[in-house]
Amino acid sequence: MIVLRTPGGLSLRLRPRALAVGATCALLTLAVGVLALGSGDYPMSATDVLRTLAGGGTPAEHFIVHELRLPRLVTAVAVGAALALAGAVFQSLVRNPLGSPDLLGFTQGAATGALVVIVLGGTSAMLAGAAVASGLATGALVYALAWRRGVHGYRLVLVGIGVAAILTGVNGWLLTRAPLMDAARAVLWLTGSLDGRGWAHAVPLLVALAVLGTAVLAAAGPALRLVEMGDDAASALGVPVQRLRLALLATAVLLVSLAAAAAGPVNFVALTAPHLARRLTRAPGPNLLPSAALGALLLVAADQVAQRGFPGHQLPVGVVTGVLGGGYLIWLLASERRAGRL
Amino acid sequence: MQSRLRGTAMTLAYERRTIARDLTVDIPDHSFTVVIGPNACGKSTLLRALSRMLKPAVGAVLLDGEDIQRRPARAVARTLGLLPQSSVAPDGIGVAELVARGRYPHQGLLRQWSREDERVVAQSMAATGVADLADRAVDELSGGQRQRVWLAMALAQQTPLLLLDEPTTYLDIAHQIEILNLCARLHEEQGRTLVAVLHDLNHAARYATHLVAMRDGRVVAAGPPRDVVTAALVEEVFGLPCRVIDDPETGTPLVVPAARRRAASEVPA
Repeated sequence: MIVLRTPGGLSLRLRPRALAVGATCALLTLAVGVLALGSGDYPMSATDVLRTLAGGGTPAEHFIVHELRLPRLVTAVAVGAALALAGAVFQSLVRNPLGSPDLLGFTQGAATGALVVIVLGGTSAMLAGAAVASGLATGALVYALAWRRGVHGYRLVLVGIGVAAILTGVNGWLLTRAPLMDAARAVLWLTGSLDGRGWAHAVPLLVALAVLGTAVLAAAGPALRLVEMGDDAASALGVPVQRLRLALLATAVLLVSLAAAAAGPVNFVALTAPHLARRLTRAPGPNLLPSAALGALLLVAADQVAQRGFPGHQLPVGVVTGVLGGGYLIWLLASERRAGRL
Repeated sequence: MQSRLRGTAMTLAYERRTIARDLTVDIPDHSFTVVIGPNACGKSTLLRALSRMLKPAVGAVLLDGEDIQRRPARAVARTLGLLPQSSVAPDGIGVAELVARGRYPHQGLLRQWSREDERVVAQSMAATGVADLADRAVDELSGGQRQRVWLAMALAQQTPLLLLDEPTTYLDIAHQIEILNLCARLHEEQGRTLVAVLHDLNHAARYATHLVAMRDGRVVAAGPPRDVVTAALVEEVFGLPCRVIDDPETGTPLVVPAARRRAASEVPA
């Protein structure tokens, strides 16, 4: 633990290990990012990529990097970070390692709105808007159903799992109503994909991350650590638990919905990144910043594998995160069971 | 002069279940108040109301003359602390780190760890005898040690009023006495007002300076243990026939339950 103090009485507490994990993830993301920007039908060396990013390079290179590949990369970074941050907040709020938005129905809820637009026909802006709106509506529904003199962790998880099951059914029904072409597009969207993502996808999420992410990190981080000790203990220390929970649930649902609007419901990043982050930092608590950095790295790396790992086949990134994350989930369930926590 | 912490004409209820009606309780300043009563008499509910966690349906809890529900949670947490019955130590957290969390109500975005915080945490760990455990993980500790760590966290909050919800539950007799001795010392040396819910009548009679006896959501009697703990009152509150004698160690009232009356068939001819 490092403590910085100024003569004026200000003090900051830093955890070197958490900072190191965050910084390492950020650097690795950058490295994989440069690799990703350089690979494709028009391969470029790392130096060329960096020169082009700095404003040099030929007009063709400029177009390829800035218009074709960079938006996809930035979307991946933002979606990964947003999902992981939301996942860390959820798991911490409900005090349950399985309390992730993909298992609690929020991603399915966002998907429902998107599917309605795909089935009825609409622009991609409408699709994004519908995903956000229905994600938020699902959040409100789960909150309302789980409310009983305030919302408590376990009940929220159970209600969320129930709502997720119902929405999966609704989504399946919507798919059967769609014309074949639309259904194919919908399935691709449902898997989670970064194909053809442009700045229009990345920017709303980046803005939300900058505003909400900072607010969550700065204002709610320490309070969230206290909520992990139980509602009573946290409120004895002066945390307005129910208000905090509502505000953080709304924020996390908004982040998840925006991420889904940008890349579809990419699975398992929200579940795995906070766990891995906690293992790496060995610090109790939500580990918000390391989780976000790790989420960005996971998604950028998964997208690189999806695009280049199987020559001749480009997979949607959701397939890769699904396979990796599903394996992780099985391992997690087994180890939590051994530790007696499930 | 009025006490800093009072509950006036409170109706305490969870949804449709009413626990107490027209409950008025006064916590004398600088007392070690112990609340006793049979299971489900509303003593823990009273503590929740006094600590701002449960909003009375009718009536109010007044802290320094002001409705506690109208004051911000953080401001209340600088005056009144609570050691809840069940708290979860996060996986792998260290003792010093857990105790440090008690400083939360005194910290801010740009004031995360002042010298004062450091001093108070060290002092709280010393007062509860957990300073040697500072670097250990809380999961590795025994029940008694863990309870002292939680108590250290509550002390680090530096509140003149401290509520304890059954602080001795789940501890063996030696650790129960250890925790109660510690509370008595904190009360005497630091002049804090303590309010504890206890199950053991004899512990209550020995350690309390002020007793509140409850039954069915009502206060049956309140006052010094010598006045409150009588055979008649124990019978009324707990339905337990008993004798009350002087504790040979401390002279405080000691409740001795009446011997079992043998059935006629058991009486030797």
